[in-house]
Amino acid sequence: MAQPAMQEDLKTRLQHWIPKLVLSPSLALTLVFVYGFILFSLYLSFTDSRLLPSYNLVGFSNYEKLFQLRHWNIAITNLGIFAGLYISICTIIGLTLAIFLDQKIRGEGVLRPIFLYPMALSFIVTGTAWKWFLDPGIGLENTMHLWGWETFEFNWIKDRDYALYTVVLAAVWQTSGFVMAMFLAGLRGIDNEILKAAQIDGASNWNLYKRIIIPQLRPAFLSAFVILSHLAIKSYDLVIALTGGGPGRATELPATFMYSYTFTRKQMGIGASSAVIMLLTIVAIMVPYLYSELREKK
Amino acid sequence: MAIASNETAVSNSRFIQVLIYLTLLLFALFYLLPFGIMVLNSVKPLAEITGGNMMSLPVVFTLEPWAKAWSTAQIGVEANGLSPYFWNSIKMVVPAVTISTILGAVNGYVLTKWRFRGDTLIFGLMLFACFIPFQIVLIPMARILGLSGLAGSTPGLVLVHVVYGLGFTTLYFKNYYQVFPTELIRAAQIDGAGFFRIFWRILLPSSGPIIVVSIIWQFTNIWNDFLFGASFADFDSQPMTVALNNLVQSSTGVKEYNVHFAGAIIAALPTLLVYIVAGRYFVRGLMAGSVKG
Amino acid sequence: MSFLKIENATKSYGSVEVLHKIDIEVQEGEFLVLVGPSGCGKSTLLNMIAGLEGITSGNIHINGRLMNGVHPSKRNIAMVFQSYALYPNMTVGENITFGLEMHGVPKPERDAAMARVANMLQIDQLLDRKPGQLSGGQRQRVAMGRALVRDPDVFLFDEPLSNLDAKLRVDMRTEIKKLHQKLKTTTVYVTHDQIEALTLSTRIAVMHRGYVQQLGTPQEIYDSPANVFVATFMGSPAMNIIPAQVVMAGDHPSIEVKDSSGKPVSLRFSHPGLAKWKDREVLLGIRPEAITDVEGADRKAQNVQTFTNLVDITEPAGSDTFVTMTLCNQAVIARMRSDIVVAPEQHFEFAVNMDKAVVFDPQSEDRIQLD
Repeated sequence: MAQPAMQEDLKTRLQHWIPKLVLSPSLALTLVFVYGFILFSLYLSFTDSRLLPSYNLVGFSNYEKLFQLRHWNIAITNLGIFAGLYISICTIIGLTLAIFLDQKIRGEGVLRPIFLYPMALSFIVTGTAWKWFLDPGIGLENTMHLWGWETFEFNWIKDRDYALYTVVLAAVWQTSGFVMAMFLAGLRGIDNEILKAAQIDGASNWNLYKRIIIPQLRPAFLSAFVILSHLAIKSYDLVIALTGGGPGRATELPATFMYSYTFTRKQMGIGASSAVIMLLTIVAIMVPYLYSELREKK
Repeated sequence: MAIASNETAVSNSRFIQVLIYLTLLLFALFYLLPFGIMVLNSVKPLAEITGGNMMSLPVVFTLEPWAKAWSTAQIGVEANGLSPYFWNSIKMVVPAVTISTILGAVNGYVLTKWRFRGDTLIFGLMLFACFIPFQIVLIPMARILGLSGLAGSTPGLVLVHVVYGLGFTTLYFKNYYQVFPTELIRAAQIDGAGFFRIFWRILLPSSGPIIVVSIIWQFTNIWNDFLFGASFADFDSQPMTVALNNLVQSSTGVKEYNVHFAGAIIAALPTLLVYIVAGRYFVRGLMAGSVKG
Repeated sequence: MSFLKIENATKSYGSVEVLHKIDIEVQEGEFLVLVGPSGCGKSTLLNMIAGLEGITSGNIHINGRLMNGVHPSKRNIAMVFQSYALYPNMTVGENITFGLEMHGVPKPERDAAMARVANMLQIDQLLDRKPGQLSGGQRQRVAMGRALVRDPDVFLFDEPLSNLDAKLRVDMRTEIKKLHQKLKTTTVYVTHDQIEALTLSTRIAVMHRGYVQQLGTPQEIYDSPANVFVATFMGSPAMNIIPAQVVMAGDHPSIEVKDSSGKPVSLRFSHPGLAKWKDREVLLGIRPEAITDVEGADRKAQNVQTFTNLVDITEPAGSDTFVTMTLCNQAVIARMRSDIVVAPEQHFEFAVNMDKAVVFDPQSEDRIQLD
């Protein structure tokens, strides 16, 4: 490159460096506390750490042990079921509510806040509320009995085979409103003139939605999927509050597994490897998404 | 609440409209019920709960569970109710929200108005940090907090929340400042204003809305956090959510459901109030972090 | 000694060179317009003069001082932007005096300067309003006020009228011209509108692809364009460029073109020097207003040639009628008074003022110099 033709004066040179200086603390914090820590955990997953970190490398043995553990396999199976149900139900409910709210409904200003407020609650509060609602002794089952429906059964939360679905239920309650808000914003961004043209072409309402509107909501579907799967993988607070991981291990998820193995069972190496697996799953979903988002925003 | 309103061109038969209203009302019930029941049962004496129907109105109306939850309930080894933990949460949330918002603002400013090579990569790194499962940083963070003497302390928690909230606040301010034309900065440069003066005199005064969004979002997330509180706080610095969980999970003695409910509502009140008062900004925050554009 | 001197200025972004060795000298009090299509580099050059962008190589001097690397606020320049760039949270008064404030001018002096400028631009009553409450034209004036109040060495304008509607644009153009006549401050003005360029400037620099195609007075640019680009960019409708051949009529050169039926038409050329191009192909450049009906031809012209041709279309435009015909398979536009009787698909006798004709080399597209 040609030699710079100017000696920049002090003010110009300062204005060059100050922005980078200002950004650097945040960048440093991120590099250390996020990427540095990820590397540290990654390293630990290859060591024989127990209660405290050890630095003896043991290759992939933690990972081998991990996938042989019954608890872990239950955890990832549960995650698969949970995530699958959670994402699909939230999407369906969110989409339906959004479409309904979009139909020139009176009282939208009241309904929408009601659908969304659970997002403002802590997962602990949600877990607490649902825990008692679902408790057969004092919750819904009890109420139904008292109202005369003696044979009503709803003890999922205590049932090993069904407890996981209560987690799905509570999680859907918390976040479906948010999915609705996303779809509603997407619906409102659709050009009305396209709809009018389709109506002139003779499309019924059903076809209008199926063939024209819903396909145009692809970005919203994508965003919803990414965010919901991210929330599903991270689910910890809700499970702890609602079922504590139980009954037994019935609602164990990778997040609860990691915590208990690291801090309670003092198997830090295995705990670290489970965290790495969680990270890899999220990376597989988020990185392509973020990359395409950032490229377009340029 | 402001989601851009644009009346749809779709029209429905009367029958369908009724069906739609019905469905929406049913769902509204679904969303309100669990919380409503908590409220209802928090003002009943314990006997009514264990002996009665959770959905029935209180025969005896009492605020005693609330008083108990606040000041005398047994949590862990202490019997001071939730109030000390409420203040712990406040002591943690206020600095964390302030610092992460300020940092997010200047970061957004730099990334949009003082571009340089590699800034997109830097932003990508910071953004990705929002999405990691926090389990991956628990172990090293515990070590570092221990080594630096911050373990179990409120400043330690503040640090944790600032670091992991930075990506979101930067995202908000970046998207907001993106819209300000570059010519504004150029005009100010010609007028003689430097980096900080331009920020202070020109961008910041017009930043009201996004500052509110950032504060609300950070407040909600940090107040509601459980994982970091459970991992890095000890009894003195435990936030509200951890204390609530301890209260509710206590397996000894009689389960005082009404106290539990009152406690849960106390824990939920701050963020709920923020939501009711400034819900519009809450939604903006949700949207800014998710939908494209 | 020139007041603003751009010497051998080059600008590169990485390995891409966008401005190539620009040389322009501007005298004090001049109004220089940089005009050209988008992407030609005019805004980049303006930003370099302002100091908003660095100069890769070459020098820029303002009022005798070397400005390379000097911060914009220290160059004693003022700039008006296309989008006005008014500070949204400040009142009009604060907007105008912000620069003075940054330079440490005490309040009483700032207020005096603000009052003076507000009076000059007739925006006294707007001083307490915020930019969001103003119309486009008012914002434009406030932007100019902000520039004027600094009493700078050089005014820089970056397409300031592009965001205004047509009528307002004409009014503001006149105001800018009046201001310049009154204040006589050296001005560099960027636009893509060639009418603004012609009406406002003392000199024009026509730019294309990072090069200055021609630097001259409006008259020079209009009558003697340096190349085909300048010829067709300036003037509306554009100059007709017709492929032709030089033939000799005795020992005097003539331009030969073919009319709509292919028959050759010989137009005697004014300057004998064209004989050097005997039998070669050239591009004939002739502006629409130089092709008229026979009576409408310029009476002061010395060399008027006539020929008959088929009319393709006529476009009555109020004061004139534009008549399109074909020469050498090319659409050629003529301009005549609107009361002339001329109809499409009829033959018509045209008169061409060959004094105004210019010729270009078909290869290089440069004008053939004949003096």
